[in-house]
Parts: sequence; structure tokens; C-alpha cells
Amino acid sequence: MSEKKAAKDFVLAVEGLTVSFDGFKAVNDLSFYVDEGEIRVIIGPNGAGKTTVLDLICGKTKSTAGSIKFRGMELTKMTEHAIVHNGVGRKFQNPSIYEDLTVFENLELSFPRGRSVLGALFFRRDAEVVEAVEEVAETIFLKDQLHTTAGLLSHGQKQWLEIGMLLIQKPDLLMLDEPVAGMSVAERKRTAELLNRITKGRSVIVIEHDMQFVEDIAHRVTVMHQGKTLSEGSMERVKNDPKVVEVYLGH
Amino acid sequence: MSMPNQSSMENSALVENPLSQHGLKALFPKHDIIYLAILAVFLGILLPMTLDIFRLNLVGKYLTYAFVAVGLVLCWGYGGILSLGQGVFFGLGGYCMAMFLKLEASDPESTKIQSTPGIPDFMDWNQITELPWFWEPFYSLPFALIAILVVPTIFAYIIAVAMFKRRVGGVYFAIITQAIASILTILIIGQQGYTGGVNGITDLRTLLGWDIRTDSAKYILYYVNFILLMLCLLAAQFVRKSKLGRLLVAMRGREDRVRFSGYDVSSFKIFVFCLGAAFSAIGGAMFTLQVGFMSPSFVGIVPSIEMVIFCAVGGRLSIFGAVYGTLLVNWAKTTFSESFPELWLFAMGALFIGVVMAFPNGLAGIYKSHIEPLFSRKPKMFEKKPSTPKPASAPEPVSAEPPSIPGSISAMGK
Repeated sequence: MSEKKAAKDFVLAVEGLTVSFDGFKAVNDLSFYVDEGEIRVIIGPNGAGKTTVLDLICGKTKSTAGSIKFRGMELTKMTEHAIVHNGVGRKFQNPSIYEDLTVFENLELSFPRGRSVLGALFFRRDAEVVEAVEEVAETIFLKDQLHTTAGLLSHGQKQWLEIGMLLIQKPDLLMLDEPVAGMSVAERKRTAELLNRITKGRSVIVIEHDMQFVEDIAHRVTVMHQGKTLSEGSMERVKNDPKVVEVYLGH
Repeated sequence: MSMPNQSSMENSALVENPLSQHGLKALFPKHDIIYLAILAVFLGILLPMTLDIFRLNLVGKYLTYAFVAVGLVLCWGYGGILSLGQGVFFGLGGYCMAMFLKLEASDPESTKIQSTPGIPDFMDWNQITELPWFWEPFYSLPFALIAILVVPTIFAYIIAVAMFKRRVGGVYFAIITQAIASILTILIIGQQGYTGGVNGITDLRTLLGWDIRTDSAKYILYYVNFILLMLCLLAAQFVRKSKLGRLLVAMRGREDRVRFSGYDVSSFKIFVFCLGAAFSAIGGAMFTLQVGFMSPSFVGIVPSIEMVIFCAVGGRLSIFGAVYGTLLVNWAKTTFSESFPELWLFAMGALFIGVVMAFPNGLAGIYKSHIEPLFSRKPKMFEKKPSTPKPASAPEPVSAEPPSIPGSISAMGK
């Protein structure tokens, strides 16, 4: 597996990734590759290091060893905002939105323009911005709530809003940490629908526990256990892998 | 950033679009322009007409603190960066002004009884026989005016870069700024020969030959101070209403989300901290001009915390509130400390605790919740208020869809 090949063929190539917190290896020599347009779901028991992997990719946590290449660019050396500028978007586990601002303002702040100090100071809310915000609001079912303070939204709506805040950035790689956690059944359905729509034309990494949801959306599944890949492949294959059944699924 | 050929199209689209924010209306939405006008009339006409020059000069002195309070609204109220060391910047601005005035007051003619004529008196008392190199440029007024703005801003920039790039924030930042205020006070007092020590730089007389101690000069300085304060309020309003203002609010609650939306969070914090420092410095310089001296007692921990109290009492989210808060607390301070000097500090502490506990948004918050509704009786008011959080747009058909147990492995992951 030459590095050149990895850089060219995959959107994301994670190789030998290791992070150690005071000697505890939360992620240990992990490697995986995400294809262009693929929806990859990472599953695994609590503490397997799933969220840490996303933290490492988006730069929130610095790796101890290994490399993360996004379209041939090494992400481990980049600052968080540079990683975002290069097209990696990340949703956090708990809905992370600006509660004091309106839905409109939440989306507007995520619009990829005027990201420097001067740019923000002289940012103008022009037709392009308004259009983009309205379009995304429609996608995430919040068109009627544009002027609602985000803190007043329901939990599910907050999750959608954060997904919308990513969408407006038009990332090439979208990383979602438990997008349906805490949602009602109806909301889950709508979210699955939403994800199927928005994942067209981009690569997605999703962490999720809800197996029905995983089956609905995953192209390929990576099962993590104790910071390592336990199994990888289609949902069908992973489900029948005896190792996976033993540590995760087969209770 | 937008392409020039788009602009006409944009404008036409914006006329219809209720979301558009342009021009004066964008800068002063709702009642803000009225508030600014009321404040301008109050400070610019009402007070000068009703107060004698002694009292007006006092108000002018209080208003120099308002510069600091307005800066704190942006820094603390909006950005969530609590600085307990704004006195440092107030003091640096004030000292830059004082150095110029002192040199002018120390011409060889009026200092001929000194053993070294032509240098400030306190240097002579400390056996210094030559003007220190860093005092030399302060013979020039343009240099002094630039230094008033640049020196504190650069100092703030150094502090901010050192702290915010390392992601030091919150209480730690507050404590460090407090330590810096303390260190600077000790430094100024310790270096008596260069700074005038604990007495500060006193006996300032003229500005380019114009006597600043006369009544007419005091009127003029009051108005200069007033105009500068209005300009700072405009600048603060511009920042508040720009996307940067909304980013500050966003950062206050969800710093990580802002960072992972592609913003370099530290650069925004550095900017707003430097802006607050520059405002404070203007206030400090005007203080020196109006009061006629500058001393370390306006640099240290106590004055810095007092400035935060002015801001808190006025309302840390309101730039106009901060001005009223400053005036009110200072008026109270002058009144009370005349009759009960030893009780004042306790009263101040009680005021701070009381405001934070009972009225977290200060005077401006009380105004917003109690007085503003009286003015606007239009039914529009009620439409605007989102009465209750609306339920999820789709009523959830829980009963229609029993919690399904899909597939053999579902729900096991939980």
C-alpha cells in the first residue's frame, strides 16, 4: 500500500494513527480508508475510541503518531480552522449550536465567507448569503423557524440545525458524531432521509449506535474495539463476524 | 468579497428581503439610534446646562471611565473575556499623555531652581540628571497622541497573543490580567525616578501653551471627551452589529463550534481585547487632561475591578448602559464617600454582588424588561416574542409507531 496510491485513490487515508493520553492508547495503530462518495459508519462499544478518531481528523486532538491524509494533504500538522477550510466538517455528539442566536444567525455564521477578523467586521448579509441560508433551512426542516432563538428549539431540531451549519460550509468530508442520538422515532426517520439526501456527492463518516439507522445508511462499516479496527466491510459481513458478535453485538 | 457586477442584483433583491441589513438601519436597528440621541442630549446639553464647572468636570472625569466600560461590554459582555486589568491600558494611555504635558511644564525657565533644570521635577528629586531616552520622543505632541493609542494596544496584543494562542481563558485569564495590573503598579511605584512613583505625574499645566486648568479649557475638554466617547460608542456599535459581534456571542457559548466552523478563535479574541485596550487608553488620556495628573492609583487591581463594576451595573450587554452605569456608580461613590469614606468599599462590594445576583444584565436589563414595554404598546410586540418553544414541526406519532425493534441486532449497541 504505497502512500502515493493512498493519497490519490481515497478521500481520506488514515494510517498507523495512534494517540496516547498519559500512556493510555485511546487510538492504537488505526488504519482505514474512505472512498470518494462513501458513507462510512464507525461502530463499537463505549470507549472504543470512535469519537477520538473524529477529534484527531478534525484537529481537536493532536496525534502521537501516524498520518491522516485528506486528498493527499496531511491533516495532523494543520490548525483546526485550516482543516475546515480544506473541506472537512464535523458535527459534535451533543448538539453544539449558538443558543443565544437565531437559527438564521447560526447558519449565517457558518457560511464560508468573511472568516478573518476584517472579513467578519465588514461582512455584508447579501442575497447570496440569504439564499444559501434559506436553502439549507429548508433542507433541515427549519424554514419556518429562521428567527427563532436556537436555544428554544427541540433537541432534534438542534441536531438538524448543527447538520445544517455543516451543510452550508459545503464540506467534501462530513463527519457526524451520533446524529440521531436522543431523537424520537419520527425524527430518526426524517434524519435518515435527510442524511441520504445530503450525502450525495460527498464522503461521510458517521458514528452511530442505532443499528437500524446504520443499516439504512452505511456503505461500509468499521468496527472499533480498544482503539483498533476489529472488523471492516459491509454491514452483512460485519454482522456475521464472530469477533464482532463477541465484543459488541452478541449479547 | 462579492463581485462588483452582482451588486445591483443584490440591492434589488434586498429591497424585498426582510433579512437585509444595510446602511444606517443596520447599524442602529430598533431604538438604538434613539438611545444614542438621548445619551448625546443628556451628556452634551443637559449636564453642561445644569451643572457648574466643578461638577461638570467631575462628570467629565467619570466619563473617562466610561470608555473602559464600553470596551468591557465588547470584551466581557459579548466575547466572554473578563479582564480585571483594564486599568493597565487606562493608565498607559494616561501616562503617555502625562509625559507630554509634564515635559512641556518642565521648561528650563520654570525649573531653574532644580539642580538639573529642564527635566521633570520628580526626576530631579531622585538625583537623575538627564532625561531618560524613552522620555525624549514625548516632546512631540503627534508622537504622544500616537503613543496613547499604540502603546496600550501593542501591550494588549502581546498579552492576548500569549494567552489566547495557548487557549488560556476564563478565570485564568482574569487572574493573569489582574496580576499584570498589580505588576505594573509595583513597577511604576518602584521606578520613581522615571515615573514619578506613587505620586504619579503631577502639576500638569499647558497643552502647546494652552492652559488646561482654566474653566473655559475645562468646558472644551469636556466636549472633546464627549465627542470621543460618542465616536467610541459608534465604533462599538459597528462591531456589535457586524458579523464579528455575533461571532463573539457565539464564541462565548460554543468556542469549539466556532473553531470547527473555520474561524481562528484566538484572532477574534485578540482583536476585541486590543479594541477594549484602545478605548481604555483614550479614556486614560482624557482623564489626564481633565484632572491634571496621572498616578498608579488608576492602574492597579482596585480601579480595574471598579471599572468592571461600572460595566456590570450598567449592563454588560449594553454599550449605552455601561455609560449610565459608570456615571451612577461614580456619582454614588462621590456622594457616599464624602459622608462615609470607610463604608464606601463595602457598599461597592455589596452593589457588585447585588447586581450580579439580582440583575445580571444591570440597568440596561431592568430597562429592557420593565420600562421598554411601557413605550411600545403596539401589538407588534407580542408577535415578536416567541412565547414558548414551538414543538417539533412534525407532531410525533408515537402511538402510531411503537418503538420498533428492528432486526436482530438493533438497540444492542446502546
